[in-house]
Amino acid sequence: MENVSMSVSNIAGNKMRTFLTTLGIIIGVGAIIALMTVVQGATDTMNAQFDAMGLGTLRISVTGTDIKRGLTDANLEQLLACDHVAGISPSLNATVTARRGDAWSDRIMVSGNNDEYFRHNADLLARGRAINALDVSSQSRVCLVDGGAARTLFFGEDPMGQTLYLGGFEYTVVGTINEDEDSSLFSQILLGGNTDGTVYVPYTSAKKMAGTSTVDTVEVYVTDPDDTDAAVEEMEAVLDAIFNYKEDTYTIINMESMTEAMNLMTSMMMSLLVGIASIALVVGGIGIMNMMLVTVTERTTEIGLRKALGAEPGQIQMQFLIEAIILSLLGGVIGVLVGVTISYVICVNTDITFSLNTFAIGLGVSFSAAVGIIFGWAPARKASNLNPIDALRSM
Amino acid sequence: MGNDFFSMRGIVKQYQMGDEVQTILKGIDLDIREGEFLSILGPSGSGKSTLMNIIGCLDTPTAGEYTLHGRVIRDLDQKELAHIRSREIGFIFQQFQLLPRLDALKNVELPLVYAGVPPKERTRRAQEMLVRVGLKDRMHHYQNQLSGGQQQRVAIARALATNPTLLLADEPTGALDQATGEQVMGLFRELNAEGRTIIMITHDLKIARHATRIVNILDGVLTEGVSAFD
Repeated sequence: MENVSMSVSNIAGNKMRTFLTTLGIIIGVGAIIALMTVVQGATDTMNAQFDAMGLGTLRISVTGTDIKRGLTDANLEQLLACDHVAGISPSLNATVTARRGDAWSDRIMVSGNNDEYFRHNADLLARGRAINALDVSSQSRVCLVDGGAARTLFFGEDPMGQTLYLGGFEYTVVGTINEDEDSSLFSQILLGGNTDGTVYVPYTSAKKMAGTSTVDTVEVYVTDPDDTDAAVEEMEAVLDAIFNYKEDTYTIINMESMTEAMNLMTSMMMSLLVGIASIALVVGGIGIMNMMLVTVTERTTEIGLRKALGAEPGQIQMQFLIEAIILSLLGGVIGVLVGVTISYVICVNTDITFSLNTFAIGLGVSFSAAVGIIFGWAPARKASNLNPIDALRSM
Repeated sequence: MGNDFFSMRGIVKQYQMGDEVQTILKGIDLDIREGEFLSILGPSGSGKSTLMNIIGCLDTPTAGEYTLHGRVIRDLDQKELAHIRSREIGFIFQQFQLLPRLDALKNVELPLVYAGVPPKERTRRAQEMLVRVGLKDRMHHYQNQLSGGQQQRVAIARALATNPTLLLADEPTGALDQATGEQVMGLFRELNAEGRTIIMITHDLKIARHATRIVNILDGVLTEGVSAFD
């Protein structure tokens, strides 16, 4: 206890020096915490978006061959017949010219889907009704518009129940799409961001509009997320048969394996960054050691006096060790505050979800304490081994 | 012949100086009775500091036997020496050696911390000692708020705090003016009159004469009386 209060008064007596000494630790711990929090936040944000795509969802993307450009209805039946498949949602995307009265745009994305798609993406629907099985089988001319399309074609009006022309066909708006859901990262990537909006129609109608009898993209819903691997195998068997075992005719994107791959990547990146930041911590530790050695030299007389007054070598060593630990812990705590502040600012400005990374904070604080012990040991040892006579004579 | 309270027999201290071995103390014999006030008088370079270090258990002799309060000081490690210093010896230095960041009371408490006295008892005893040396009103003053004489009084209170077997003073008046030095010597005589054993090391005969007994050290040899100076 005495040691602690003595150390505190010694540290407080030299504020500028204390600050400069702990700066290395502050930077090291701050960097570790900021990096870990930001990387973790980015990972969480991406994972959340992957999860929004749905676990147990596979996406088949077909490039096909010259004679077989996509999947026919018969092929889709084959996929649906697989044991581990609960449902499929073929989709067909095309950019068309849309017109409604005087308003028009040639950058409207038409997304052809089926009832299954809306069942698995229930959040998509804002108002009205989704595309149902009857729409699909009868190729009905109904559509749902998203925020962008509504603004472009129905500016200032309620689109519900109105009609519009997509590639020359007349469609009736039966529902609107939730804007938040639609602007998710994935639809941006998968549908391309450079459109005026998206209109959802039955995929059968879209096929007709595009003048094709096949689809090139299918979302497959697995019976149980645990069966994803089995489902992938089944899909591969079916697709290989369809495309005569030619290579590079299709890709199956497994959301789960993508998440895993990404997590592996981010955790590797995190280790690397933390490793680099640790160098700052080691440099900070050397700063503390240097400072403690100076302190021991400066306070040689004090050490001699304490020894003359009956201090055991162990007590002297403990005093200086505690001083080093307090010094580096002080740096650690300030570093935590700095790191949290920096990462908070970064997260707020980049739409990354900010959450306090307690592991990073624990790591930072215990790292700094460890640095204090490791780099405080040698100076403390030196102090305790000082000969009291030499120490007192140096006055 | 020897006594258990304080006896030195044939104390030799040698230092390795490069290739040469220098003998600083050449066989010191010294007995002190409890309650004595002894001055060790000698010029600089006579070996008196070395002798003081051995008496104060800051250093161990190369040869010879030193018994303090029934304990033979020989082949002890740093920890054991620290233990003896803590309980048997109260140091008073020429430069007072107060810690500037602590007030007078905390300075006096310091040896009690190392002796393992609990905080409340520590404060009580430190206050008592400061009252004893006449610094009742200066307990929370810092070194730079005290005069030289007051600083030395704090140092004396600190030396007394653990109730040691002997007080060991190294040129206690060396940094004080004559009048203040006389006051400090007055305090020493009072303490001696109360039964404290005091060993004072000095080069100043006038100061040495305050003691009840004077020994003279010259070139590492101890002689009784002040003959070398007369």
